[in-house]
Amino acid sequence: MISTRASRHLPAVITILLALMLTLVPLPKALAPFRPDWVALILIYWAMTAPSSYNVGTAWLIGIFLDVAQGTLLGQHALALCVVVYITIKFHLLMRVFPLLQLTATVFALLALHQFLLFWINGVTAVTAPAISYWAPVIIGSIVWPFLSMFLTGVRFRAQTGN
Amino acid sequence: MLSSQSDRSRLARIPALGLRALALVSLSILLMVLDHRDNHLDAVRRAISAAVYPLQIVVAAPTRFWVWVRDAGATRNELRLQNSRLKVERLLTNARLQRFTALEAENDRLRELLEARRQVRGEVRIAEIIAVDANPYRHNLVIAIGQQDGVYDGQAIVDVNGVVGQIVEVGLMTAQAILISDPDHALPVEVNRNGLRTVAFGTGEFDRLELPFLPNNADIRAGDLLVTSGLGGTFPSGYPVAIVANVTRIPQEPFADVTATPAAALNQVREVMLIWSASPAVESADEAND
Repeated sequence: MISTRASRHLPAVITILLALMLTLVPLPKALAPFRPDWVALILIYWAMTAPSSYNVGTAWLIGIFLDVAQGTLLGQHALALCVVVYITIKFHLLMRVFPLLQLTATVFALLALHQFLLFWINGVTAVTAPAISYWAPVIIGSIVWPFLSMFLTGVRFRAQTGN
Repeated sequence: MLSSQSDRSRLARIPALGLRALALVSLSILLMVLDHRDNHLDAVRRAISAAVYPLQIVVAAPTRFWVWVRDAGATRNELRLQNSRLKVERLLTNARLQRFTALEAENDRLRELLEARRQVRGEVRIAEIIAVDANPYRHNLVIAIGQQDGVYDGQAIVDVNGVVGQIVEVGLMTAQAILISDPDHALPVEVNRNGLRTVAFGTGEFDRLELPFLPNNADIRAGDLLVTSGLGGTFPSGYPVAIVANVTRIPQEPFADVTATPAAALNQVREVMLIWSASPAVESADEAND
């Protein structure tokens, strides 16, 4: 029983860990501003497909991890991810039947909200306002989304049939 | 099984999702307020950073592996060349150091004559960088030594050319540092040529610092070396910080527009040196080192 439960969580745990790594891995100076929000993307996916297993609590915990790892204000990423995942779960049944283009647009909006929340918290705590490049991760993230969701769906089904 | 059917039936098992989200959001806000106001949460951060440490090690692994491969793959010829170059460098440095020792002794003697305070000479230790977080509004790095080695908050970090930044958070085995180019960082400096004191601010760009508080008639020009003045109490004095790149004086404005280029290669360093200097911390650091 426990082993099947563990293997059920395996794809999500591994992809979330991978997303954390991709977020922390150092990139060349020129590429760094274009890094998509891997963690937000992965959490949106899992909240959409398996909201009973991965919900706001997961998002909050991962957010705290991210805050500590990146040295941002404790609770900043936690709040942003929490809100994004909450909205995703609210609309997850709708999002599952969206055609890919519409779904990508929704993810774009969610990522924009996520970035805006981070931006807003930075503003309140008087961290200097950034350049326009601040919004690049949102666009790159939306471009990445279709491929990512296809890949994850593949992973999920393989894990299921493997069971 | 993860079919949507079973998920829908499980939906009822997320009790009060909205309430839970609200609670977590409030908790985040509380955490942020506590974290922003004072550093009440340092212990919490330290605990969580120990959990994040393995992840950081894994993330740093490819780079470390690449460096290892490059070192292992270096041909004998390259190594011999490097060796001879290093030998020459060492000779030159040693020669310079001889003079330095004599000058240091002379300086101490003169200071004694003047009855001035003796300058503190700091311990230095090399630390490897394991992660860099750089975006336009935040320049951070994580180094691979921490509380166990006696690292403390506010400790100065330099590389071979000049000041890199200072420690802002100490974990158990890692420490986080803020670079002098971080937009939130300010550093008390003086012009090496004439002792003119001012403050250098980070801009969010690796190759630019700003000196916003210099009046139009200040004696400063492009090419001047800025060194730490030691007045902030954090940095030991006399370490090179930046070279003045550009001075624009606008007659109507009260302050000149002065920018400088950091002496340290802020986005290229792989190893940094930590300085133990401030007098209260020196004893504890020495103990930790022994």
